[in-house]
Order: sequence, then C-alpha cells, then structure tokens
Amino acid sequence: MLDTARRFRKNDLSPLVHMESLLERIRTSDLNAFITVDERGALAQAEAACCSIDQGEEDILAGTVIAVKDNICTRDMRTTCASSMLSDFVPPYDAHVVEKLKKRGAIVVGKTNMDEFAMGSTTATSAFGPARNPWDQSRTTGGSSGGSAAAVAAGLCDAALGSDTGGSVRQPASFCGITALKPTYGTVSRYGLVAFASSLDQIGPMGRSARDVAVLFDAIRGHDPRDSTSVPESLPPTSLDGLDLRGIRIGVPGIFFAEGLDRDVERSVRFAISHLADLGAAVVPIDLPHIRSGVAVYYIIAPAEASSNLARYDGVRYGMREADDRDLFSLYCETRSAGFGAEVKRRIMLGTYALSAGYYDAYYRKASQVRTLIARDFRDAFTSCDIIAGPTVPVSAFELDQMPEDPLSIYLLDIYTIPANLAGIPAISIPCGFSDNGLPVGLQLMAPAFKDHLLLGAAMAFQDTTRFHEVKP
Amino acid sequence: MRGYDAVIGLEVHAQLLTRSKIFCGCANAFGAEPNACTCPVCLGMPGALPVLNRAVVDAGIRLGLALNCAIETRNVFARKNYFYPDLPKGYQITQYENPLCTGGHLDIRVDETTRRIGIRRVHLEEDAGKNVHDTVRRRSRIDFNRAGVPLLEIVTEPDLRNTVEAVAYLRELRQILMYLGICDGSMEEGSFRCDANVSVRPHGTSGFGVRTELKNMNSFRNVQRALDFEIQRQGTMAASGAQVVQETLMWDAHTGVTRPMRSKEESHDYRYFPDPDLVPVVVDASWIDELRRTMPELPSARRARFTREYGLSDYDAEQLTQTRALADYFEECVRVLNCPKDIANWIMTEVLRVLGEQGCGIDGLRVNPAMLASLISLERDGTVTRLAAKEVFSEMAETGRPAPEIIRERGMEQVSDEAELRHIIRSIMDTFPGQAAQYRAGKTQLLGFFMGEVMKATSGRANPNRAGKLIREMLG
Repeated sequence: MLDTARRFRKNDLSPLVHMESLLERIRTSDLNAFITVDERGALAQAEAACCSIDQGEEDILAGTVIAVKDNICTRDMRTTCASSMLSDFVPPYDAHVVEKLKKRGAIVVGKTNMDEFAMGSTTATSAFGPARNPWDQSRTTGGSSGGSAAAVAAGLCDAALGSDTGGSVRQPASFCGITALKPTYGTVSRYGLVAFASSLDQIGPMGRSARDVAVLFDAIRGHDPRDSTSVPESLPPTSLDGLDLRGIRIGVPGIFFAEGLDRDVERSVRFAISHLADLGAAVVPIDLPHIRSGVAVYYIIAPAEASSNLARYDGVRYGMREADDRDLFSLYCETRSAGFGAEVKRRIMLGTYALSAGYYDAYYRKASQVRTLIARDFRDAFTSCDIIAGPTVPVSAFELDQMPEDPLSIYLLDIYTIPANLAGIPAISIPCGFSDNGLPVGLQLMAPAFKDHLLLGAAMAFQDTTRFHEVKP
Repeated sequence: MRGYDAVIGLEVHAQLLTRSKIFCGCANAFGAEPNACTCPVCLGMPGALPVLNRAVVDAGIRLGLALNCAIETRNVFARKNYFYPDLPKGYQITQYENPLCTGGHLDIRVDETTRRIGIRRVHLEEDAGKNVHDTVRRRSRIDFNRAGVPLLEIVTEPDLRNTVEAVAYLRELRQILMYLGICDGSMEEGSFRCDANVSVRPHGTSGFGVRTELKNMNSFRNVQRALDFEIQRQGTMAASGAQVVQETLMWDAHTGVTRPMRSKEESHDYRYFPDPDLVPVVVDASWIDELRRTMPELPSARRARFTREYGLSDYDAEQLTQTRALADYFEECVRVLNCPKDIANWIMTEVLRVLGEQGCGIDGLRVNPAMLASLISLERDGTVTRLAAKEVFSEMAETGRPAPEIIRERGMEQVSDEAELRHIIRSIMDTFPGQAAQYRAGKTQLLGFFMGEVMKATSGRANPNRAGKLIREMLG
C-alpha cells in the first residue's frame, strides 16, 4: 500500500491504471477471494483519485485499493457475511471503518469471502464456496478472513480489512504469508461490523508489511460514540521507524510449543524468536497457567453471544425469508433452517444451550470467570516481559479436501490466537518462514492492551531485517 | 370473596418522555407515521450498536428517589432473548441481575388509613414495536416507532390486599411519574401499562397461594374489573378445593373474564446474559445528589402542605394537586389574592368545569391565575354577583379578556345602591298589590317571589342580601 502511494506521487503509476490492473487480476483470479466486486464504482473513484492527486492531495490513502471483509457494512454494496441469509442484503449505511477510509480517499474495491458469519477457520463454511490459498490453490486460506488474506497475498488489492474474534485475521495471515493485526479491544469501532461475538470481535488491518498494516490501523482506529465499547483515549500516530529491540523482553510461553505443534512450524517460529534476540531483545520464559482452558472458554462465550446476535435474522425485516403463511413459528424455523449453514447452526445451538436456565452458571458464568483468570495471566506475564511471542497457528495451510471431519480439531487450530481475544489485548501475525512444503508460517506477537504500536514497531524491525514478507506466491 | 384474602403484586411499565429513544437518536414520539422514527439501531440492522441515552438513567434515578429506593452503583444491561416480530433484535435490552433501584416503598391512602406498599425494583429497558393486524386483507405489519422507546418497569412486593388498594397504588404512582415529568401517564396510549400477579389465601393466614399473571388491562376501570373477577374466580376455586394453575391470563374487557394465553406464548427461557455491546453505567453519589437537588415537591407532600398551609380539606387538597400544573395554578392565584378557600372553590367548580368542556388541561386555559384572582376579588367586594361572576368567567375562558373589561362592557356591576333598590321594590309592590297584601298578612314565603321579580328587573344584578333585607323592611 505504501509502495503504491509512493508510486502515485512519483507519477510512476496512476490510480486509474492501478485500479484497472487490479480489477483485471481479480477477474482472472481463481481464488474466490471476493464475493462482490464493485468495478464501476471502483473505476469512478480511481478516476477521482487521479484528479485529487494531480491537484496535490497528500493523503497517503488516496487512491489506494482496499478489500473489505463481507461482514463489514458498506452502503449500497451488498454485505452478505458469506451467508445465504444475507445474500441480497444491502446495508443503508457504512461501517465506521469504511466511512473513515472513504473520507481519506481510499477505494473499497469489493467485499471478500469469509467463513459464514465469521464462524470458522477455513473460509470453507462460506455459502459462496471456499476461498483458495494463492500459495497452493488446493489448500485453505485459513479463516475466517480468508478472502481478505488471499486478496492481499495475491496482490488483488493494496491492503484489506478483516475481523478477528478468535484469530480470524491472524490465522489466515499466517496461512497466506501476510501481516495482520488484531487491535486492542475497543480501539477500532465495531459500528457496522456484523456481530459474531460482540465481546471478542475486533476489526483488524491486513497487509503485505507491518508498515502497511500500521498505516491502515491508524486510518481506522479512534473513538466512535456509536460504539459503547469504543475507548475514548486517542493514541498518537503509529511510528513507522521500527522499534529498537534492545532492552525489549520477549516472553515465550512453554505451553505454546507443546504437543500438537508441527515441527516445521516450530522450527520457523523458534528461528524468528532467535532473530529477535539477535536484534537485541531478551528472551524470557513465561507461564500462562490458565491458557489451556482458552479454547473451552471461547467455545462457550463466543457461541453464547452469537446465539443472541444472530437472533435478528428471522425473516421479518430483511434478508432471506422462507415464505410460510401457516404461522409465525414456521416462518422462523424455515427461514433459519434454510438461511444458515451447518457451522452457524452448530454454534447457535451450543450457545443457546450454554445460556439456558439451569446451565448458565455451569457454562456461561464459569467461562466468564475463567476468562478473567486468563486476562490476569497476561497481566502477570507482562510484568516480566514486554511482548509475548509464539506460533500463530500450530500448522501451515492444509488441503481443502483433507479438512478434519470433526469440528473440534478445527477449533483447536485457534489455540494460540484465542487467548488475545479473551484478554482483549493486541496481537499480530507476521510471516516468519516456510514449512517443508513451501507454505508460509506465521509468528504471533502479543502485547499489553493499547500497546499495539509496540507490536507494529517490533514487526517492522523484524521485517527490516528479513525477507519473508516480500516473498510472493 | 368471603373467607379468603387476596395477595396482589403489580408490575407497571412507564414510557419515558425523553426526547430520543433509549439506545439511539430517533425521536421518541407518539403518533408519527409508521416507521418514521426508526434507524439501523432500533430496527436491529446487522452491525448496528446501542448507545445508552443518559436521560433515561436520570429519569430512573428520579423515580427511585421518589419511591425511597436504594440506587444501584454499577448498572449492567442484559439481553432477554425471545423471538417475536415486534422485537427487532430477537432480544430486548433490559436490566436483570442488578436493577437501577431496589427496596423502596410508596405510601397510599385508602379509607382514611395509610398503607405502605413495598417497591421491589425499578429497572430500565426498551419497548418493542407494535404489530398491526389487518384482518380484512389477512396480513400483519409492524410499526417500529415504539421499538427502543425507554421504559421503566416498576415492580411492587406482593403487598396489596384488594382491588381498591391496587387502584390507589396505580393512581399514586402515575401521579408521581407525572409530577416528575418523566411519563405522561396515558393508559389509553399505552404509556402507563400494568400487569398484575394475583393469588388468594385463607383469611388470616400468611402463606402465598398459587398466583396467576394478568395482562391486557388498559384502564383503571379494567384493572379493577379484572382483579375483582380474578380474585372471585380464585376464591371460588379455593373454596371448592380446586387447584389454581400458575399461568398467564389475558383480561377480555368485552366479555369481562380472564382467559389463559396460549401456552407457547409464555413458555420462554429468556436466556438472560449481560449485553456485551453496552458497558456498565456507574451511578455515583454526585450524580444522585444532583438529581436529588432538582426533585419537585411530590404529590403526597403537596397535599399535606395544602391542608396545613391553606386550611383546605383533604378532599380539596387532593383535587387541587391532581396535576402539578393545577396545583401550581392554585398557588399562583393565592399569591395574588390571599383567599385560598374561595380560590379552591372556584377552581374545583368553575375552572374544572370549563376545562372539562374545552377538553384541555390547565395549561390550555385562557384565564391566567392573576385574571382569575381579579375576578374573585370583584365578586368578594360586591362589584358582581356570584351568578354574574360565573358568566364573566365563561366569557373570559372563551375570549381571554380580563374580567373588569367584560363587566364594564356588559354593565354587569351589581346593584347595591339602596335608593335604586328601594325604587325597584316599590314599583314591584305597585304592580303586585295582591301578593304584597298576602305577604303583609303573614305569607312570608312570598319573599322568594319578590326576590325573583327584583332580579328580573335588574337582570340578576341586584345584590341579593341587600335586596332581601329591603323587601322585608318595606313589606314589614
């Protein structure tokens, strides 16, 4: 993205030519990265960007091409959440982040594929078919922001927005070899993000480098009175200088390198950590005693909130309606049976159960308590380190037709990413090597709340001295 | 029901008079075009988020103070999950575990005695939309203007013992809400709604019987009828040894009976949990103190002061404090003319009559307090008769003109001049010599006849006391 902006200023590239070439790439791509592309609108805006840049527009975002995950509302551009339920839904308003990007002159070229309602880690639960990994089209992009990750990796856009509830920007970033940040909860407004699990959801920037991600992050964050969980503090712009890692303490939790971690993933991640040490960081072992319960806690809280958040899709006001004149109950049943896919239904049922009378205390309340303990683990750990490092995902991208049958093995892919959502802290995934069969591997860094800039700075320092992020599929 | 006592608890939903809705900026207005007051938030569009209107919390705290409640410091909003077409999000945002106000009480007066009714809780929540059924074209439409209108739910302890107490409680609560200016109290428009929990128990016992919940009582009269019916029904069942079933009943005002709702409509597990879209609202002491300082005098205090300060009867005080505006009107009059009893009489007869005829509130009356006071003083000093004053008042209410102007223009000054009255009486005696003779012979009942003639001759302007005295003297 920064490269593009620089070329616009050097008159080396015009926004219109750039847009035309990207649209051509999107048209010929087999990745199924986009659900909707607004060619005409994108071209018109690119033309406008040409004028404004000619007239001296200095905003670095002007004319840059952004792909937006299809659960972020865009006015007059359908927003499907990759679900049959909303396949024709056109929001009457822009999400806060889209509003901000448009004001800065960035162009939303289209809406990217994802797991249905962001529920999944493969982009294979999409009602529009799975997205494909640009490194190997027989493989998954990861998910749920798989379309955004694939679009960035394949150069179909300059940068992208995803959303992260349990790892949904970081895990596909790891699988597709790009950089993605899950910001501190409350930093980026959720207004216009179709809710999956409100207490965990956070919109995250995705790009080819930490600097691109930092620029996009600064563009979308900031207080929004329309989101009550949006924090009022406004942090200074993120420095693009890169962090001097000397004196920085990198905490490494032993539990992140236990059973279930692929050996080639481990090798890359350990190399990356030793590289950070070479840059001057001190590596210290840390303990996160409750982290082992993270997946279990997540799969109570997230479905519980989802079961309530998705109740509004009832066929009454918008979206799919399976017309049934018999009675109200069948309208609900038939609309929701036809409109939701299997994974969404599974989670609605899990969540409904966890909130039911007689089970609430054992499940939801208990999970909320353990969530507090996990957050405390991080607070304690951050007294002895500044950044926590480890793998983003235990594996590299797997083949779409070799996907595990049972949902639990898929859920366990999120074992390293879920804790940051539960604790509300920022986390970033950056490319740090390749598996034995040449697939990207991601390094995850986590920091205390509101230290997003620390992660971005460390990632810049890493990328200034490595080339993993520059390798293209 | 003889041998059985009723136990009643009431749940009131009061719509608040805030300018905007509870979780979005839409206008909180009754009677607008269907769905004119809606936005992505109150329509439950994907991605829309609620933001609490703090004026709603203010209103809740004010009522909490009026009802002597403890105010919760950390207020959490919960989601009550159920499906219904008028509920756009598939859940209602309400308070569950820690309501804004708890443990209060309200004193009511029934038959000269005071009863203290416990207030269990007052909490904040949002209203739902309204389903509109077109039975002719067999289809239903939904108006979401009401969706997201702020409500206070006010729940009593099961402290009410009969229908009269229940209605007295409702009237008192409604009056407080209106005094606080937070609810317009209209039962017809649904801004003051009531559900009741009712059970019976053998007279003199203290346990609780199986209760039923009554809904759909949209006037004080219907509350009274429904409760009477239900208490009678349960009492009869209990007396015959039958078991009352715990269920929700709808009051049918046409047939005058309560009947069960379909079981599907009530078999809900609401799956309450804290709404993750809203942060807890912390109500600190300074917030409460600020509202405490601006509390108006409440109806009960004002009634007591009216009897004490103005020497009015309990009944008069109650009438005059019906609404804050009426009580203010009265006090404004008294400030101008220190004759509280005369003013009270005037307001309770003439003013209320005219308001009834014009169908407006005291705010709509064209006679302001100073104008009424001036009319009353003209009556008191004998410038006009009582009868004439009433006529003047009617014209004032119609035209908004001041009393002296009307009196002067229509020549309505009272005739008190003795010479003039003597002259009139003499000519009547000349016209009716027979009657005059009968009177002199002892038929004093004819005084009324002569008075009537005097009034006729003066177009009702004769000072009645003086005329009577002169008739007796001149015929005596």
